[in-house]
Amino acid sequence: MDPIILYKIILAVVVFAVSLGVAAYMTWGERKLAAILQDRVGPDRAGPLGLLQPIADGLKMIFKEEFIPAQSNKWLFILGPSFFMLTACMTGAVVPWGSGLEIGGLYYPMQVTDINIGLLYLLGVVSIGVYGIMIGGWASNNKYAMLGALRASSQMISYEIAMGLSLIALVMTTGTLSLAEIARQQDEGLAYVVYQPLGFLIFLICAFAETNRAPFDLPESESELVGGFHTEYSSMKLGFFLFAEYINMFISSAVMATLYFGGYNFPFQHELGLEGNTLAIVQAVVLLLKIFIFIFIFMWVRWTLPRFRYDQLMNLGWKVLLPLALANIFITGLVMYFTGKLA
Amino acid sequence: MMLTNRSKQVVQKELTLAEQLYFPAILKGMLITLSHIFRKTPTVRYPEQKREIAPVYRGQHVLKRDEAGAERCTACGLCAVACPAEAITMEAGERKKGEEGLYREEKYAAVYEINMLRCIFCGLCEEACPKEAIFLTDRIVPSSFTRGEEIFGKDKLVEPADQRVDVSKRQTKAVLDFKQDKRHYHNQTHSDRLLSR
Amino acid sequence: MITEYLFWFLAFVSVFGGVATILSRNPVHSVLYLILTFFAIAGHYLLLNAQFLAAVHVIVYAGAIMVLFLYVIMMLNLNRLDAEKRTLIGKVTSAVSAGLLLLVMVGVARGGSEAGEAPAESIDAGLVENLGQVLYRDFLLPFEMASVLFLGAMVGAVFLSKKELNS
Repeated sequence: MDPIILYKIILAVVVFAVSLGVAAYMTWGERKLAAILQDRVGPDRAGPLGLLQPIADGLKMIFKEEFIPAQSNKWLFILGPSFFMLTACMTGAVVPWGSGLEIGGLYYPMQVTDINIGLLYLLGVVSIGVYGIMIGGWASNNKYAMLGALRASSQMISYEIAMGLSLIALVMTTGTLSLAEIARQQDEGLAYVVYQPLGFLIFLICAFAETNRAPFDLPESESELVGGFHTEYSSMKLGFFLFAEYINMFISSAVMATLYFGGYNFPFQHELGLEGNTLAIVQAVVLLLKIFIFIFIFMWVRWTLPRFRYDQLMNLGWKVLLPLALANIFITGLVMYFTGKLA
Repeated sequence: MMLTNRSKQVVQKELTLAEQLYFPAILKGMLITLSHIFRKTPTVRYPEQKREIAPVYRGQHVLKRDEAGAERCTACGLCAVACPAEAITMEAGERKKGEEGLYREEKYAAVYEINMLRCIFCGLCEEACPKEAIFLTDRIVPSSFTRGEEIFGKDKLVEPADQRVDVSKRQTKAVLDFKQDKRHYHNQTHSDRLLSR
Repeated sequence: MITEYLFWFLAFVSVFGGVATILSRNPVHSVLYLILTFFAIAGHYLLLNAQFLAAVHVIVYAGAIMVLFLYVIMMLNLNRLDAEKRTLIGKVTSAVSAGLLLLVMVGVARGGSEAGEAPAESIDAGLVENLGQVLYRDFLLPFEMASVLFLGAMVGAVFLSKKELNS
């Protein structure tokens, strides 16, 4: 077999495994961080520091009873969580995890696929991600699940627009839609957060809303909708819904780090005397560190801020973030025109 | 009416521009939660760590034996009468010949049960006992899976002859003196009262 | 070779999805089959090397418009019982208009077969740069007119949804 294809398959499996592994330990990290922020101890019974807790949780989920409500649509009920998980895992394919490895005279880029419309692919996958929730919520045939699904879909559509517009301003600066190229540009110049601070802020807020994280976790607001769209779910199907949320968080952290914070690059990386493969591996570790910082912010915000009211959520999305994103595009265009950067 | 001086009049005033920006307030809140990372947790990890308990802690009861190893309880029922939670029941039995080593008095408790789910650990049974037979100890009542297990019979209450339970913390000299002080009405026997008349 | 198999597979999926959209009694199932069709069509775009079009198709049609369709259907909770009342005139008009539409499409397809084989200038024909050049240089006026039309439609929709016009 062609070594490149073999390498791509291995890389895809590795990226998949890493996102699953990180997501599993994010559940542990979330509980631990929540506990620390609230002056508690958190999980510490399973293994040292409770490190085996995700395994225990996963086993519990798998061995719980599979329950499908009698009045529900069975196929769609199963399709919902599967689709949600699928879209969560798909985004990892376009993130560049490092510059590239050189083995046996061949150059292997550390990215599963460098498609030239990487950013659009990202937006596309994000926009179809809502189907998992909608199908699952509708198929449950439960009013709470239904309301949760409706909330999720309208919230995700609203914030997708501001997210796309904030990305357009970034694309104007970079002149490319390929994530690998954007990461490479930040090796030569500054990180793009310097050029697009407002764009980054809008993207960050939209990422919170798109991943259904607090303070935008209205689709599953426990206090009013029981469990939101996953009210009727049990066993590993529920696990898929909860787990996919963490994968989404991981991937959106990776995207934010890549687009705005230099990706796998770190300052003075070429002055350290690291060469080729060593540098690539160090770069991957640096990217993971950046991702962990973003994940920390995700969790930190969740355990600080209360949930928005629904009208506040819609106001923020349509009346604040959308005009801000449009203004950001306008300002970016003006600055580019006056600095003569327009091609 | 003012119960505390912390009450505040609610006012709905317009937000200033700085407040409408919302971000300073968010940052303030985030810094508050961040500061909690460096705080000490007050959690006690129970089975490994145990909290210090008071010297007069009132835990699981014990039915004492005397120095010779005979049960002190005479099934008078005063503890059951004193119990505000009605957790104690007992049945009296008559001592037979040859059982002098087992029971101190002619009458003894054939059945003695405390329902630990009802017990409020007030210690009134201990106060009521004229024979210094029942005491509360610093042992914690173990939890169980069924309600039935929480009704403790004599098998769990009476101290084994070879493993005496130390109650010296609760049976101090002051307590003993108080219990034998004949000036108190409840410490007087019938003959004492006849004499004092 | 693989592309040919892919084409036949995608063609099957899109036709199956289209037929199932019409035949399913449950409106939610219809919408889901339509989404399947859209994905298959996006796959066709990819085979034609029009990645940008494929991505935009997924984002706009599958990701936004069909979500809104699904949203409305779920919100109104349309049952299959509601679809019973159809008058004869309604049936005739819908048949005639659908037939006319078919006629137009057949005409376009026949006309197109003569003018075909035109593109295929390069592999990158469907990329963002080339598409941008075409849209913003050769077809700037129609493109902007379409934008204004959309803006007008948006304003109209907002205007219609307002209850009190005078306030």
